[in-house]
Amino acid sequence: MALLDVQELQTYFHTEYGLVKAADKVTFHVNEGEIIGLVGESGCGKSVSILSVMRLIPSPPGETVGGKVIFEGKDLLKYQPNGREMRAIRGSKLTMIFQEPMTSLNPVLTVSRQLTETLELHLDMDKRAARERAIELLRMVGVPDAPRRIDDYPHQFSGGMRQRVMIAMALSCNPAIIFADEPTTAVDVTTQAQLLELMKDLVTRLNTSLVIVTHNLGVVARYAERIYVMYAGRIIESGRSEDIFGHPRHPYTVGLLNSVPRLGERHGTRKLIPIYGLPPNLINMPQTCAFLPRCTEKIGKCEKEPWPELRAVGDDHYISCYVDIKGK
Amino acid sequence: MPENPVESKPDDAMGAIAAPPRRSEWRRFVRVFFGRKLYLIGFIIVAIIVFTAIFAPLLTSYNPEKNDLPARLQTPNAEHWLGTDQMGRDILCRIIYGTRVSLIIGFSAVFASTIAGTIMGLAAAHYGGWVFAVIMRVADVLMALPAIILMMLIAGMLKGGGIWIVVFALGFGGIAPMCRMMCGQALSVKQNDYVMAARAVGMSNWRIMWTQIFPNAYPPLIVGLTMGIGGVVLGEAGLSFLGIGVQAPTPSWGGMVMDGQRFLLTNPLLSLMPGLAIMLLVFGFNMVGDGVRDAIDPRLRGVI
Repeated sequence: MALLDVQELQTYFHTEYGLVKAADKVTFHVNEGEIIGLVGESGCGKSVSILSVMRLIPSPPGETVGGKVIFEGKDLLKYQPNGREMRAIRGSKLTMIFQEPMTSLNPVLTVSRQLTETLELHLDMDKRAARERAIELLRMVGVPDAPRRIDDYPHQFSGGMRQRVMIAMALSCNPAIIFADEPTTAVDVTTQAQLLELMKDLVTRLNTSLVIVTHNLGVVARYAERIYVMYAGRIIESGRSEDIFGHPRHPYTVGLLNSVPRLGERHGTRKLIPIYGLPPNLINMPQTCAFLPRCTEKIGKCEKEPWPELRAVGDDHYISCYVDIKGK
Repeated sequence: MPENPVESKPDDAMGAIAAPPRRSEWRRFVRVFFGRKLYLIGFIIVAIIVFTAIFAPLLTSYNPEKNDLPARLQTPNAEHWLGTDQMGRDILCRIIYGTRVSLIIGFSAVFASTIAGTIMGLAAAHYGGWVFAVIMRVADVLMALPAIILMMLIAGMLKGGGIWIVVFALGFGGIAPMCRMMCGQALSVKQNDYVMAARAVGMSNWRIMWTQIFPNAYPPLIVGLTMGIGGVVLGEAGLSFLGIGVQAPTPSWGGMVMDGQRFLLTNPLLSLMPGLAIMLLVFGFNMVGDGVRDAIDPRLRGVI
């Protein structure tokens, strides 16, 4: 039984130009203590899927219109987005790390205040206990000199250190799942590696699940156990990390992997092949496969039939495509 | 709590492991606020005005409301330093007592309109939808009426001319600008990622409004508040000048300017001196407002 089971999640945005199906029948699950990667280009619906699960989609214009989000046996979509039940889950059992460490902390409150706020809110700690726990959390995420730093304001921290504070906040109530929305995009590569190692370490130690949302294939290759590849609001391929990277079956995934360099490859041994074209505009999309205009493997059926549902092509390996590329 | 009580902020006073903050907030405030001459001058003016208001009876031996017709319309002399008005009352004495009236009206009206305006503005911005529509349209209507007309309307409807009616009129007139300012601030603060982050940790709307949005939105409020005092004193002077403000014989600066205008050519001090007092007070409070803003805004920390 999966810890979190998201079934056919549909989140639509009503814009002036038409309906945007930002997340369309997104189905994924997260097991206990597992690290999941949610990969895709910008605007493919990764963040929207996560925010829908957290019930944080701004409405209007957004609206989660269908699907189920089963967490601990209950459907989170049945709750009011800002109701008591949902608020009790957010920040304690399901937590988030945001992309921008520079702006995700309140500039006028000390770090201590922001960390203890969550603890007091969810764990009913008194001020003294919350403060001690906050210091412990800062130590855990590797903020040096934690007892002194805790009284600083966010602007006194560097970007990497702020992201550590964000991680500390996400961990504070021993969550079941942490959603990390592009957690390392805004920091440099060295810090990125440190932060990812730190997160992997912590979630393994605390037996917390981690969902990493990213467009960086290198990140998921190294850390994720299972991967979901998204395109134009849908999951188009999912499977174990080694299967996705070793034997991708969907033309988009194949194209994606062909377009990034790998470490250790000798110069000139492999030509990088880009995916031609641009991701589609999500407004009023046709019924057919969204990748069709860019696909190099398309067959006649693709033009006539609607976008196929996910189908199993191997052990725990699914694609949504009429073509199945083997052995590439 | 332990070694240096000044330096530990209230939140951390409970802290078991109270880490000594490196720089005290209070000291920074003092450094920025008193570090600039203009703010210092403003502060001194305000201090003198407040001092005058509190110790008015000790500063003058005359009664501000008692007529002394034989001594009317005197030019400055050893007994009446600024002369006397048409009722023979000492001008200096009336200005000194007028400070009380001005400050009471200024502070009460501004606090009332700030509290009401802040709550309305925050609620409008944070809840949006019909709450926003109703509050902002009401504010628009109030803003569309010229302030002085609105005040005259209220002061005229509530006959009597007591200080509190003037406070109500001026305070009511101040709600709309405060509300709009707070709403604008809150709307822009609301866009920040940390508000989303606060939602993501499960805070309620109410809590987000006061712990996340308000602390980031209020610096202009402080400026609005101190400058508002100047504005309200001006408004009171205007109302009194028109004869619908504080009624005689209560000494009010605006009323004194009005009383004096008939003698503007023969004895200009009658109008000039209370006018000067109004100007000083407005200037002082504006300077203090600017100083306070620079000193408390955490976003300017490190810059000055």
